[in-house]
Amino acid sequence: MAHIIKNDAIIDSPMSISAGDGDLSLPNIIVPLVAWNEDPALRERKDIGVWLTTDEEVEAIEGDLNGLAVIALEFPMFADGRSFSNANILRRRLGYSGEIRAIGDVRRDQMEQMHRCGFDAYQLAEGQDIEATLAGFKRFTHAYQQSIDRPEPLFRHR
Amino acid sequence: MYKYDKIDQQIIDERVAQYRDQTERFLAGEIPDDEFQQLRLRNGLYVQRLAPMLRIAIPYGMLSSAQLRKLAHLSRHYDKGYGHFTTRQNLQLNWPLLSEVPDILEELASVEMHAIQTSGSCIRNITTDQYAGAAADELEDPRPWAEIIRQWSTMHPEFNWLPRKFKIAVSGATGDRAAIEVHDIGIRIIEKDGVRGFEVLAGGGLGRTPVVGKVINPFLPREHLLTYLEAALRVYNRHGRRDNKYKARIKILVRAMTAEVFSKRVDEEWQTIINGPGTLTEAEIERSGRFFTRLAYKQLENEDPAAKMIAGDAGFKTWLRNNVKEHQVPGYAICNISLKATAIAPGDATDEQMDFIADLADRYSFGELRVTHEQNLTLADVAQSDVYALWQELVEMDLAAPNLGLLTDMICCPGGDFCSLANAKSIPVAESIQRRFDDLDYLHDLGNIDLNISGCMNACGHHHVGNIGILGVDKKGAEFYQVSIGGSALNDSSIGQILGPSFAQREVPDVVEKLVDLYVDKRADGESFLDTFNRLGVQIYKDAVYS
Repeated sequence: MAHIIKNDAIIDSPMSISAGDGDLSLPNIIVPLVAWNEDPALRERKDIGVWLTTDEEVEAIEGDLNGLAVIALEFPMFADGRSFSNANILRRRLGYSGEIRAIGDVRRDQMEQMHRCGFDAYQLAEGQDIEATLAGFKRFTHAYQQSIDRPEPLFRHR
Repeated sequence: MYKYDKIDQQIIDERVAQYRDQTERFLAGEIPDDEFQQLRLRNGLYVQRLAPMLRIAIPYGMLSSAQLRKLAHLSRHYDKGYGHFTTRQNLQLNWPLLSEVPDILEELASVEMHAIQTSGSCIRNITTDQYAGAAADELEDPRPWAEIIRQWSTMHPEFNWLPRKFKIAVSGATGDRAAIEVHDIGIRIIEKDGVRGFEVLAGGGLGRTPVVGKVINPFLPREHLLTYLEAALRVYNRHGRRDNKYKARIKILVRAMTAEVFSKRVDEEWQTIINGPGTLTEAEIERSGRFFTRLAYKQLENEDPAAKMIAGDAGFKTWLRNNVKEHQVPGYAICNISLKATAIAPGDATDEQMDFIADLADRYSFGELRVTHEQNLTLADVAQSDVYALWQELVEMDLAAPNLGLLTDMICCPGGDFCSLANAKSIPVAESIQRRFDDLDYLHDLGNIDLNISGCMNACGHHHVGNIGILGVDKKGAEFYQVSIGGSALNDSSIGQILGPSFAQREVPDVVEKLVDLYVDKRADGESFLDTFNRLGVQIYKDAVYS
């Protein structure tokens, strides 16, 4: 189980992150990309997710998206912004509509940007107050750019 | 100039509220230092050697008189009564209190200003030609494009956590006054077969590894500007190095990939969004352009501003020759106010001076002014018949230094007196050179020499592209200065060549004098300092300095 924020609520998700070195036959696990690539048996299952760290590209799972319940993208440090681009590509170019979960060093003040890039689930960093985070999660009324949550840029509505 | 509508205002107001909340949570111990550092940087706040420093964005250097009065008020009320104009056409306050910054930002928002993304690893303030809309050599006013890019880059959700800072400059004139070739991305408005578009350069930059940018797109149709930038930023965000902050700028990526491969990667990414919703509409291009239409110029004939001069005001002629530039409209002139008077930190202005210059802008130049990347202020639209009266007023306030573009009009960072990154002081070096070269006739005879000083290799003073560049270095705990020669930020930019071992601070004016003497001795008719250097090569200068 993972205590996460999803769709503006705090929930216990059955899907939990696996480091990849444990028992991969456990149900409802999100495995690292390396494990996914090495173990073809995982592709037969419906209760599997994959997680990618920031030097891995979502194009690597382009052909596998249909079967994946969750794709988790890691923030090894909160200031490493590569997962924002990975999420954008997953939603926009690869058309993935399942859960995209932010994992790792996930902090409250970046959630708005994550949301705009296509994340819809947040497994916060240790020590983050999940209730306060959800209560304090505000979106800006307007934004200039198009993004996953705003299919058209502001200038098309001015 | 651009005016906010309700939406622009609401975006900025909500950002102030967000940062106020973040500051309060930080002061209550709810946000750790390392995280708050990144949040405050993206709102312009550094913590410096002596106090915090707030860098206020002046988008592409444009200010209204009301905005300048607000800056005067802020420097008086929250600071020590002065501000520092920077090479990115911004203003820095050196002494604000961290807890008061949200109030400062709220005051800025009341005059349609902010400090968003003036630091941190994100897209910084967009810069352009300080004479935009007025320059005689202009193909097209670059400001509507700079504003379009400003809006696109403001709080871009995907590009707020880049490998490193990212600087974009736009030029629309034959002469490049925006130094676009030493930017992460440089955009030049060009015309091909009667159609306007952009030449796009990438991978230029100063800092530790100075590089001149390479063309990655020789002709980008204008409606594709934002989708192309999005593609370039995405390639950089994904592939730029993050393991070493000194190798994280886009120039390192472009060099490692080669410009050809980088350009190809950008093109591939671009193909996935080309003609998508991010494509600019004619309506939007027109909307942005409407804010920069021609001012209400009068129908005037060209006249000689010196015709009104009273005998004995020889100083006016010097100022006219150096500080006044040709305007694209008959009867008007571009007038520059040098912030480089001797013994004043280059780029500094007091609250009183700012208020005074704001009044001048109202009375002489349609209530608008510009900050230049050489750290001066410009009244860009002065009737030629008013130039003499303007100069007389400037003289009264000691703001008539007639040294624009001359050796003493130096670009200079705040240096070790203020900045915690600096290896060495830069302001006292600037002053010692200004004191050495205090003969105006001689300075004018020397002509245009760009002398740029940085207190460390972060190169805020653009030393690499100075005709003479001075870089503060740390040698076993002592401050020394490395001198380079032959840099240029104009068209066909070049990076200066280092002369050799560094010098003590007291030796610097002598070194500059030797370089200048050699030029005077060897120059051919009409040759500038840079021309002579390019003809002679570096060795003879090394010999002169180290012999």
